[in-house]
Amino acid sequence: MRAEKKWYDYLWIASAAYLILGFFNIMFAWLGLLCFFIPLLISVFKGNKGYCNRYCGRGQLFSLLGGRFGLSGKRDIPGWMKSRWFRYGFLIFFFVMFFQMLWTTWLVFAGASDLSQTVKLLWTVRLPWNWAYHGTLIHEGAAQFAFGFYSVMLTSTILGLVTMVLFKPRSWCVYCPMGTMTQLICRVKNKEK
Amino acid sequence: MEPIRRKRKKAYVEEKACVACGCCVKVCPTAAVSIWKGIMAKVDRSRCVGCGKCAAECPASVIAIREVEG
Repeated sequence: MRAEKKWYDYLWIASAAYLILGFFNIMFAWLGLLCFFIPLLISVFKGNKGYCNRYCGRGQLFSLLGGRFGLSGKRDIPGWMKSRWFRYGFLIFFFVMFFQMLWTTWLVFAGASDLSQTVKLLWTVRLPWNWAYHGTLIHEGAAQFAFGFYSVMLTSTILGLVTMVLFKPRSWCVYCPMGTMTQLICRVKNKEK
Repeated sequence: MEPIRRKRKKAYVEEKACVACGCCVKVCPTAAVSIWKGIMAKVDRSRCVGCGKCAAECPASVIAIREVEG
């Protein structure tokens, strides 16, 4: 029997909308912070992975594209990709790149560098993204953060799509930094090795 | 006449490698799988019917379907 769908089973629409909105106005990228704070708050205060288990729209999107739309090879993920060293290594790498993005944002806030209206894909390729910038009421630093954050979100989506095609639909969940981090928090919180 | 002993199938999770994503929970038709404290998936084998949906769905492929006596 198929379980009745809940409201949170449709959060993939929000994830898809988020990615699309970034093509029209980069300031929408700020909304992505929800995907950072909600899982952390749930794991810290409730001690579970409720976000991954229920609310992750990105995971649902991969499930849909890889499952119903048949875009996944449905092969087993290689052993090294699910190893702890890779998962935690990727988490550390992700953190380093995230703080580098925050530093770039700070430089713009401090007036030490100009706003770069680009999106950096896979931490290497800079794509012009000026069409999605229509000015900001706050400070150019806020726009710099939006460009940087959207780069993080787009990059991780691309990685997720690639592993979805190569392996199982939700392969991204295996090495998702938020998933690894919230599982770590749950381990610590529940004092379990 | 000796009674026929049928082998049943049950899901087993390689708990240390589980990422606790909850994909298995979503597809289980008997609600036999749950995520324990955000750390790993656990199977209630009294409910598990060994259909293998969780194993097919698991992105880390850490669920195996094994035959058990009984």
